[in-house]
Amino acid sequence: MLEVHKDNFEAEVLQAEGLVLVDFWGPKCESCLAVMPDVEALAEKYGDRLKFCKLNTQGNRRLAISQKVLGLPVIAFYRNGEKIDELAKDDVTKENIEAKILELLA
Amino acid sequence: MSDKVYDILIVGGGPGGLAAAIYGARARLNTLLIEKGKTGGQAATTEDMENYPGFARGTTGPGLMKAFTEHAESFGAEIVRDEVVKIDMEEKVVHTKSGATYKSKTIILAPGAVPRTLNIPGEFALRGKGVSYCATCDADFFEELDVVVLGNGDAAIEEAGYLTKFANSVTIIVIHDEGILDAAPMLQERAFKNPKIKWVWNSTLAEIKGDGLVESVVIKNVKTNELTEMETNGVFIYVGTVPQTEFVKDTGLELDERGYIVTNEKMETNIDGVFAVGDARVKYLRQVVTAAADGAIAAVAAEKYIVEEEGFRQSVLEEDRPVAVVFWSPMVQKAIEMMPTIETTIDSYGEKVKLWKMDTYRNQRVANRYNVTKNPTIVLFNKGEVVATLEEDAITEDSIRQALADLVS
Repeated sequence: MLEVHKDNFEAEVLQAEGLVLVDFWGPKCESCLAVMPDVEALAEKYGDRLKFCKLNTQGNRRLAISQKVLGLPVIAFYRNGEKIDELAKDDVTKENIEAKILELLA
Repeated sequence: MSDKVYDILIVGGGPGGLAAAIYGARARLNTLLIEKGKTGGQAATTEDMENYPGFARGTTGPGLMKAFTEHAESFGAEIVRDEVVKIDMEEKVVHTKSGATYKSKTIILAPGAVPRTLNIPGEFALRGKGVSYCATCDADFFEELDVVVLGNGDAAIEEAGYLTKFANSVTIIVIHDEGILDAAPMLQERAFKNPKIKWVWNSTLAEIKGDGLVESVVIKNVKTNELTEMETNGVFIYVGTVPQTEFVKDTGLELDERGYIVTNEKMETNIDGVFAVGDARVKYLRQVVTAAADGAIAAVAAEKYIVEEEGFRQSVLEEDRPVAVVFWSPMVQKAIEMMPTIETTIDSYGEKVKLWKMDTYRNQRVANRYNVTKNPTIVLFNKGEVVATLEEDAITEDSIRQALADLVS
């Protein structure tokens, strides 16, 4: 998974073509850490069909807020640089993320 | 399903489940813990942890829970990340979301509780956009911003204090009259002195507004029904918790009307070999220290259950000879007086009849299963089946010989 931050977010996500998943996480967010291995596994599985990024909100707070993220965990989906969908809080589960990926790839 | 049968299977990896795993694994029992997320439960979502005995300020919830987890693993407890979706309580078979099944001799339920939601307009849509139930997770987003906290129990007041380390201001919305909080006095004192905390009394939230991010809340005065809108960037909701017991409904497990699991002081539920610990059970105080205590009790009770059940099964139910099980207690005078007659009579049959003494003071469960209420009571088993029951004064040398007559040639 590609680590994105304030210096490369524009290029890697907002200027990117096609579908991009961004895992907004933070080191103090236990549920983010819990789901991280699942997202990594999904990146292995679907990495050739969409781009997987993760964003540590610690140190990138303003960037997160600019993306309307003000709480964790959030898995956001962008298509051609446009945020098109997201999962937040309790909805962030392996099953839901995979279902959303399949829905957006269809 | 593999053929492996665990001794103790724990559902849930908060402090209650982890403590049970520590005690179980240390007693050399095959202990499996299944947790759907990260271990630590709710305790891992509270940063300030200053009331766990022996760990003063500076200890964090996640830090303490990491130590619990490592402690359990160091004794050999197996921790699996999966979600339990169904339990066959009688057979003690657990089914998980990933499709795995596990069999165990005992089950300790430690599913915990989750924050209660308000279900007001805007709350659901703005989760992760300013609406939060976890200050530890989200507090640092709110540096130099304004937040409101709804609630006035320990969690609300403690987390509000934590939020003041980040936010510009924290407004606590309290349903009670001015000055009245449900939180512990020490937390109240600290909050009232905190210059960053503001108070709104006699009020609750009616709505959370915002386009993409939280912009304001609508506060409702519960005395006047008056609505006022207040600008804010975040809303932290601490209005109690609900037990995560949905998955054990309709399994025969006894729950109270709010969904909490009913146990006795040994953490036994109404189902033999199934125990419950922590926030999901009916109890007076829901804290890390009481959850851990529950876990220790349940693991020890489970260990005893295994020993007793296996002992009874091997020595009585699977015995080829007739077995006279004497339910008695050395605390009951009549039982002590009658014991010599019972022993001499049974012994006279030599190897043909087995005598098995069961202390009802120590093991009430087996006694209950065979409806034993009198002390002493003899229950005569043959090939695992009850063939006769003799109680108190009905127990004489003659009556014992009569009951055995058909079984012993």
